[in-house]
Amino acid sequence: MTSGGSRPERCKRVGTAIAAFAAILFGAAVQANPQPGQLNMPRGASEWSAVPYFLNNLALGVCVVIGVLVFGAMAIAMFRFRKSRGAVAEPWTHNTRLEIVWTTIPVIILAVLAYLATDGLTTFANTTGSQMTVKVTGYQWKWRYDYIDYMGKPINKVGFLSKLDRRSDDTRQLRSGMDPTAVTVDGYNTYLIDVDRPLVVPVGVKIRFVITAADVIHSWWVPQLGWKMDAIPGMINSAWTKIPAPGVFRGQCAELCGQDHAFMPIVVKAMPQAEFEQWLAAQQQPAAAPPASAATAAPAAIPTPVSPPVAVVGG
Amino acid sequence: MAHAVTQAHHDDHHGAPQNFFQRWCMSTNHKDIGTLYLVFALIAFFLGGSFAMLIRAELFQPGMQLVQPYFFNELTTLHGLIMIFGAIMPAFVGLGNWMIPLMVGAPDMALPRMNNLSFWLLPFAFVLLLSTMFMPGGGPAGGWTMYPPLSLQGASLAYMVFAVHLMGISSIMGAINIIATILNMRAPGMDLLKMPVFVWSWLITAFLLIAVMPVLAGAVTMLLTDKYFGTNFFNAAGGGDPVLFQHIFWFFGHPEVYIMILPAFGIISEVIPTFARKPIFGYKAMVFAIASIAFLSFIVWAHHMFAVGLPMGAEIFFMYATMLIAVPTGVKVFNWVSTMWGGSMTFETPMLWAIAFVILFTIGGFSGLMLALAPADFQYHDSYFVVAHFHYVLVTGAAFAIIAGVYYWLPKWCGRMYSETWGKVHFWSSVISVNVLFFPQHFLGLAGMPRRIPDYNVAFANFNMVSSIGGFWFGASQLVFLGVIIHAVFLSKKKATDRVWEGARGLEWTVPSPAPHHTFEVPPVIDDHDLAHGNIH
Repeated sequence: MTSGGSRPERCKRVGTAIAAFAAILFGAAVQANPQPGQLNMPRGASEWSAVPYFLNNLALGVCVVIGVLVFGAMAIAMFRFRKSRGAVAEPWTHNTRLEIVWTTIPVIILAVLAYLATDGLTTFANTTGSQMTVKVTGYQWKWRYDYIDYMGKPINKVGFLSKLDRRSDDTRQLRSGMDPTAVTVDGYNTYLIDVDRPLVVPVGVKIRFVITAADVIHSWWVPQLGWKMDAIPGMINSAWTKIPAPGVFRGQCAELCGQDHAFMPIVVKAMPQAEFEQWLAAQQQPAAAPPASAATAAPAAIPTPVSPPVAVVGG
Repeated sequence: MAHAVTQAHHDDHHGAPQNFFQRWCMSTNHKDIGTLYLVFALIAFFLGGSFAMLIRAELFQPGMQLVQPYFFNELTTLHGLIMIFGAIMPAFVGLGNWMIPLMVGAPDMALPRMNNLSFWLLPFAFVLLLSTMFMPGGGPAGGWTMYPPLSLQGASLAYMVFAVHLMGISSIMGAINIIATILNMRAPGMDLLKMPVFVWSWLITAFLLIAVMPVLAGAVTMLLTDKYFGTNFFNAAGGGDPVLFQHIFWFFGHPEVYIMILPAFGIISEVIPTFARKPIFGYKAMVFAIASIAFLSFIVWAHHMFAVGLPMGAEIFFMYATMLIAVPTGVKVFNWVSTMWGGSMTFETPMLWAIAFVILFTIGGFSGLMLALAPADFQYHDSYFVVAHFHYVLVTGAAFAIIAGVYYWLPKWCGRMYSETWGKVHFWSSVISVNVLFFPQHFLGLAGMPRRIPDYNVAFANFNMVSSIGGFWFGASQLVFLGVIIHAVFLSKKKATDRVWEGARGLEWTVPSPAPHHTFEVPPVIDDHDLAHGNIH
């Protein structure tokens, strides 16, 4: 009791230290986006993103345990059975019982992992019951977001292109001489992971994404949402997310799509529902034209009321 | 037929032709063609490696310093194509050419002229492929996987397709030759289940090659007709399906990655028993595991496509099938460890590489198991985690096994011992640097860095710099390898004995070192105790 107070207190302090260490190590949930020195997959900010995080940690744990056993056995063998220590080779060359054991045990471990992963796939595939639909279209080299419906009501003419922000774009030019570390927002480095217009979504709402592309295959990936989904011309993929708390979540195109593949980031801004509804209403304001063809038709059919110059790439 | 060949070459059967052109360009000798393949692979290894150095140099720090993004994509694409089709595969064919006839007691490959043709197609294929870099519009930049519609945007598509066709023909002919040799030309008494594991691994690999190379040829031909002949196989606007290409490609592609690892399993299964002085543990299980892995390779292709929006049933099937591969692969690793257990081990350079293979390939296998879990793969897919995974299985897997094989058989090839000191310098330098190079890439992928990007957010800067330093170090280490080989072949004064290694078993060690130009013109009388697995039942 000379140092460190009472036992429970010390435990608590140790616990806090471990938690802090884990937070640094694994980029805890509070950290929304890539951190320098981050070692593990983020827990993510969506309801479902815990699934890949849990499977990742579990599978990693299983691998570490097996690795310690196998590499440990190798280390012992290399130490004990070296000729320089006078080891003489033993005559045995097989052992059927042992082979059965190390065939069966992995099967059991795999069955458990498969069961858990199947459950995760089932929840991921279930896009029913969503209250909002956003259409995502990949272009070389930007994203387009069209708001299709919200709370059962169709939305007309809310859609815009989302491109790499100007500062990143200037900095990333070959031998620009500009410093990537200087591209920050609120002290957080956003070099190549910031856009001119983020995708704005509400929290606490199950959002369905319908994802396609207009030229080549892209892939829409925001690590904090827990998944990526390929954007394929001529096909419409769907995925969903539900974000419990407000935040800004950053991602990038994950499928090689040409020379500027590295320069078409994704930013999702989740805001409280009321705030989102205000935003949505403001977006709908300039739309004075008669109700146009909404829904899932060709992306080019929907004009963009509020966006910088639109270069519609051949679809 | 073997008899006829022997007759025709009766005059010079004691030595190789003196004329350089005749000896190397017109060769029908399995040893000389094997050497050609190995030299070609080494050149490709350094060329593909120099592309990797440029890639790592651009990625050394955030910001674009050296190359344009399009050129960066050319580098990643050609790095992949060169390393796969130019370095790893020809190296295995070279090792097979050299060693399979020696291991089964055959005088040469079954089809020696075809052997010559299958090698000489390769240099032309690669000249064609690399010439695109100097053409207007540049080389292929859509990734080695050539996914349409992106690959159809490239101006050099036709060159790439033709080069891939040539490589495919070369591989198919090589595979036919190996199968014909193994099935028809074994010395009397060399039963199938007495063959070295390396020969087994190549027999199975050759069947994989014959099964899937035509599939690749079909896929790239469809790209060609889509671009130039108005077909719409992969064009959604014309009723086609871009994902169809991915299915066809990976139906080739997944067996292809096992084509690059099964012969490696074979090499390791020769090296470890030699230096443990103990026969391989569970010979039949090892052979059966290779066959099972080969079979499974045909039913797991869509695990490369978990993010394309497959139906849930398909994702579940491919996830389960992929996880199953861990079982036979695990058996192999456990059996290698059991071979070491109770042995009498020494740690010459080939053994060091083999042990590093077992450990580091297993790490690549672990990340493979993680990738197999489809929901987690939604995060890993197309990130640097995947890059780390396949470099662990292809560099510290396939390439390390090839290097182990080269150190193991080099004294038999050239009749001189390499420098054990410099071999160990090469080993330790490579094994440390390769982990500095690839291990941090796991972290980058988990933190969210996509693959195939020339520039990245500052959060990824520290591990990229570490990885690049490891890359330059690893690249420089391979110059030591080059030095060791040149020294052993041309300068070394230390003669190799016939058996070379105390614990070596198998027919290849019964012929003199260096192996004469023609061996086993008369089938050897096989004493089961000479074989590694002769008295195992």
